[in-house]
Amino acid sequence: MDLLRFITAGSVDDGKSTLIGRLLYDSKNILIDQLEALEKSTKNRTDGSVDLALLTDGLRAEREQGITIDVAYRYFTTPKRKFIIADAPGHVQYTRNMITGASNASLIIVLVDARQGVVEQTRRHSIIASLLKIPHVVVAINKMDLVEYSQDVFNNIVIDYAEVAKQLGLKNVTYIPISALNGDNIVDKSEIIDWYDGKPLLEFLEEVDTAHDIDLDNARFQVQFVIRPQTEELHDYRGYAGKIISGIYKKGDKVKVLPAGLETSISKLEVGGREVEEVFAPQAAVIQLADDIDISRGDAIVKTEDTPVVSNELEVLLCWLDDKPLQAGNKYYLQHNSRLVRAVVKSIEYKLDVNTLQQQPVEGGVKLNEVVKATIKTASPLVYDPYDQFVVNGSAILVDETSNSTVAAVLLQ
Amino acid sequence: MSKYHLDYLEQLETESIHIFREVAAQFERPALLFSGGKDSITMVHLAKKAFAPGKIPFPLVHIDTGHNFPEALEFRDWLAKEVNATLVVRKVEDTIKQKNLTEPKGKFPSRNWLQTYTLLDTIEEFKFDACIGGARRDEEKARAKERIFSVRDEFGQWNPKLQRPELWNIYNGRIHKGENVRVFPISNWTELDIWNYIRKENIDLPSIYFAHERQVIEHEGQLVAISEFVQPDANDVVLTRQVRYRTVGDMTCTAAVESAAANLDEVINEIIATRISERGETRIDDKVTEAAMEDRKKNGYF
Ligand SMILES: Nc1nc2c(ncn2[C@@H]2O[C@H](COP(=O)(O)OP(=O)(O)O)[C@@H](O)[C@H]2O)c(=O)[nH]1
Repeated sequence: MDLLRFITAGSVDDGKSTLIGRLLYDSKNILIDQLEALEKSTKNRTDGSVDLALLTDGLRAEREQGITIDVAYRYFTTPKRKFIIADAPGHVQYTRNMITGASNASLIIVLVDARQGVVEQTRRHSIIASLLKIPHVVVAINKMDLVEYSQDVFNNIVIDYAEVAKQLGLKNVTYIPISALNGDNIVDKSEIIDWYDGKPLLEFLEEVDTAHDIDLDNARFQVQFVIRPQTEELHDYRGYAGKIISGIYKKGDKVKVLPAGLETSISKLEVGGREVEEVFAPQAAVIQLADDIDISRGDAIVKTEDTPVVSNELEVLLCWLDDKPLQAGNKYYLQHNSRLVRAVVKSIEYKLDVNTLQQQPVEGGVKLNEVVKATIKTASPLVYDPYDQFVVNGSAILVDETSNSTVAAVLLQ
Repeated sequence: MSKYHLDYLEQLETESIHIFREVAAQFERPALLFSGGKDSITMVHLAKKAFAPGKIPFPLVHIDTGHNFPEALEFRDWLAKEVNATLVVRKVEDTIKQKNLTEPKGKFPSRNWLQTYTLLDTIEEFKFDACIGGARRDEEKARAKERIFSVRDEFGQWNPKLQRPELWNIYNGRIHKGENVRVFPISNWTELDIWNYIRKENIDLPSIYFAHERQVIEHEGQLVAISEFVQPDANDVVLTRQVRYRTVGDMTCTAAVESAAANLDEVINEIIATRISERGETRIDDKVTEAAMEDRKKNGYF
């Protein structure tokens, strides 16, 4: 059994909460007491039905306003997979939440209201999916019951979306006609939508092939923590703990420590205190090296035959996540996995319109939810790969030095 | 399936270990809040793996309400020795005396609320800048939005509006003086994941997790053990039942479930079959209001 993380995106009222509630409910991941609480809070409804959307509605502020305003995580398991859903809100101003939720997702469900078709929000969410390189896209065309389960309506939306997908270079797009409310094509194949010959949503989620989403070719590792027990029997032990970002490392491999550039080889590998012959992404490992070199947190250990970019002048796309605007010349901390360096945003080239992908001039500062192309200079070099080739080693964040908040998602180019 | 493949438990383990290492590297004085239950025991196991062959580079901190199961306390002391970790115990009892707090009354006097005071005092005493907790996002609706690194202000308060976006696997633990961070390495685990992992890794648990005989009374459909802290009154019928616990909290507010499950396989089978979530079944004080958890978190509860 493996793990799939996905995100759901849609405009307000497209039925996202209902869909998630339905997935949890129909896959029997709602428990009796939750169900009771649900029934209690829907007692006041006139039609007497349970409101599945309430299952996923978290904080009190949201209950009061009746909208989801922050990313929430949901869990459910079927005999085939464990699923983690990042439930990102549909409201226009909350692009930042969607980016947060999408950053860990290997699949996105884009909800489309069958009556409305592809709207501005659909494009916006798809653009974010393409910027963040989410490997799999499911377009769930919802509320089919309100368009008499019409195949024409479905087909027209598919044609419209295919255009968006083409423009954005989205691959692996799957279209499923559903009714979240009635449960059509969610867990079981809909009997009414008999013209659809694909899989129902849950079956698709269970079977989508994610094995290739992890890169096993290029070996990347960053030191998180240096283990030095300094006990009598482990007097000289010095292990570099960290996550294998990508690729495979074997005992004896020739490696290079970056940014310093020193070469050595792997003398020992451990996972959870157990010695192993090889380690692979995304294992949490400990690497020991043949030579005694000065290595600290944030340094990269890569194989000598293929090396990432080492530079302190960075071309980046920035998704701005803070209320305080970004001005060229501002200084921040840049955190790339565990490496923290001082950085200055040297220049801002253009703003990317997240509805049209058009480049626009930047006037004034960069505001919350805006995406810009910029150049950053760091105090010491970063060891990275372009995000487009290598998501896990091409992503970083900016941290405000004064407020300590995370203010930007950085996609290294 | 390729041999370079992690199953879901290995993936969860990897993520948690990564988080533990980030905490050790980013903070000067982290602590692991050890409650004595299976979630904290699992965390200790993960921490051990994260830093092997070194020892866990932070203390285990237990806020002792004074209402604990003796079996859980015994196990706590054994475990700390076993993994060679420093154990810090601070008692709610002492806080009540020092601060002249009012003891909760009633038949099931819960000191859950008061733990918060002791915890905040302990954080202050040791200047902890990161407290690692075993909360899981599947436990409660309000938890579903909790970050893995969750910043608390000087008063231990959590502000849902001021949470930092948490992107990829990058954890921003920078804080101002006086603030601290609650870190939840097992956020993405469900109850069943924890049990399956305990089975897979052969993790030892206190005996009360398995079926045993106990004298209990029935209270609103739940079984509560008779103990020093909970005494039957005239209307109660004292029953002898075979029970086990799904969570290890206070004896005053943790209910037992009737069960014959004597080993992990049997426990797991029962959990799959019951379909009643952990908190609902076993925490007597939680049903109070739907927003109880949210209120409590804002006040600096774990
Ligand atoms: N007829 C119909 N109504 C739906 C369907 N899915 C959701 N709805 C309704 O649409 C409204 C908005 O749904 P909700 O899940 O709250 O939307 P969200 O804002 O995207 O989370 C609610 O009244 C739902 O009952 C569907 O498939 N068919």
